[in-house]
Parts: sequence; C-alpha cells; structure tokens
Amino acid sequence: MVPIAYYLILAAILFSVGVAAFLIKRNIITIFMSIELMLNAVNLTFVAFSHMWHQVNGQVFVFFVMVVAAAEAAVGLAIIIAIFRTRQTLNVDEINLMQS
Amino acid sequence: MQLALFLIFGAIAVAGAFNLLLQRHPINSALSLVVVMMSLAVLYWTLGAEFLAAAQVIVYAGAIMVLFVFVVMLLNAGEEERTRGSRMAYIAGFPGAAAIFCLLSFVFLTEREAFGTTELGQYLGGTISNIEQISTLLFTKLLLPFEVTSVLILVAILGAVVLARKEQ
Repeated sequence: MVPIAYYLILAAILFSVGVAAFLIKRNIITIFMSIELMLNAVNLTFVAFSHMWHQVNGQVFVFFVMVVAAAEAAVGLAIIIAIFRTRQTLNVDEINLMQS
Repeated sequence: MQLALFLIFGAIAVAGAFNLLLQRHPINSALSLVVVMMSLAVLYWTLGAEFLAAAQVIVYAGAIMVLFVFVVMLLNAGEEERTRGSRMAYIAGFPGAAAIFCLLSFVFLTEREAFGTTELGQYLGGTISNIEQISTLLFTKLLLPFEVTSVLILVAILGAVVLARKEQ
C-alpha cells in the first residue's frame, strides 16, 4: 500500500508548479488557473490527512474549499472580463496604471 | 494495485501541471488543468473519498474549467509574448517554487513514518458509506457553515453579474 507521504509529496509538487506558473506567466487567465492548481494541491493534502486520521472532517473542509473556489472563479473571471473591456489587453505587464 | 493507480495518475497530474506551466497559449493550459483535475479525482477515490471524487469531476472539471474555457474563447486570448517582465520572472519564479518544494518535501520526508500508509477502500470497514459520513457531519454539526456558503455563492453570483455587465 502507498505511504501517505507520497500523496503529500505529490501535492507539494503540484503546489510548487502552481507557484512557479503564478510568478512566470504573463497572461492573466493563466495566472488565475495556477491559483486553481494550488487550491487543488491543498485539497489533495486535506484528503490525504483525512485518510490518515480516519476522520471525515478533512473531506468536509475540501467540500467547502471547492465551494469557495467556485465562487472565487466566477467573480475573478468577471473582473478579468471587465478589465479586458477597458484595457483591451490580457498581459499583466501592461495593466500597470490606475487610469488608462 | 493502489500503487499502480497512484503512480499512473500521479504522473499524469504532474505532467498536466508542467504542461500548464510550459504552454504559451492559455487554451492549452486550460485543457491541461482539466487533465490535472480528472487525475486528482482518481486519487481522491483511492483515498476513500468517493463523494469528493464525484464532486471534483462535476464541480471543478465540469463547471469551473468550462467557465475558464468560455472566458479564454470569449476574450480571444492569443499566445504569450516574451517581454522584459517575463524574463525577469523566470529568474525569480523557478528558484522560489523550487525552494517551496524543497521545504515541503523535507518536512514530509522526515515525518514519513509518522504518517503511515493507506488502505484501499473504506476505513470504517464499509459499514457506513462515505457520503453518509459526510452528510452526517455536514448537516448536523456544520449546518451553519453550509448555509453561510450558500449565501456566499449568492453574493458571488450577484457580483459576477454586476461586474460583467455591459456599460450603458
């Protein structure tokens, strides 16, 4: 059977790749997707620990994280659409003034 | 068999994550993220969280990622360009992520005997199903957070509609 540490290391790999993508990419939608990747890595950590302690509390927390991530994705994408409507660009390097 | 499932779908998840990082067009990144979420659903199932595996496929891969693909196609996002800011970010981004990964894996590997191993299947011996466990906890002790999250979703819907509306 698989040691729980392997699941945690896999979650750590996914989280670090999410952090790297957040810092490196310049397209704002890709940056937002890397946030979702980080949230998924944390969800995997929660489920692994919930299996370790033989309790279901970790899974309920993952449920709430999914709900909050869905709400955040909806509002964040609406903000991105609003930004695109005024700036006509999706490059974060060009969205650097408070007034265009 | 659990080791085979973990290795195969863990490798697919890591490959999808690296593909998100290395692709230039955001639609390729979105599709690789869908691959990551599907393989994470299989990993949740091997950890005994069947309800969460189904919820991951339905909510994350079926609703949130579809929303992302809609927005990518609506805004007609093109390929990324190599600007001065992106080259500087390469210098700071990779070492930062590597530092975070080294810290986390050091902590997890030093404590690996304390974590134990997994058993495939129900950890309560199959007497209570996983969805009954979650619903017993969610609707008795955690009823207030459940209702508060429904208010949160309502507020998010209103905010998204107001923000994405056409200016008049």
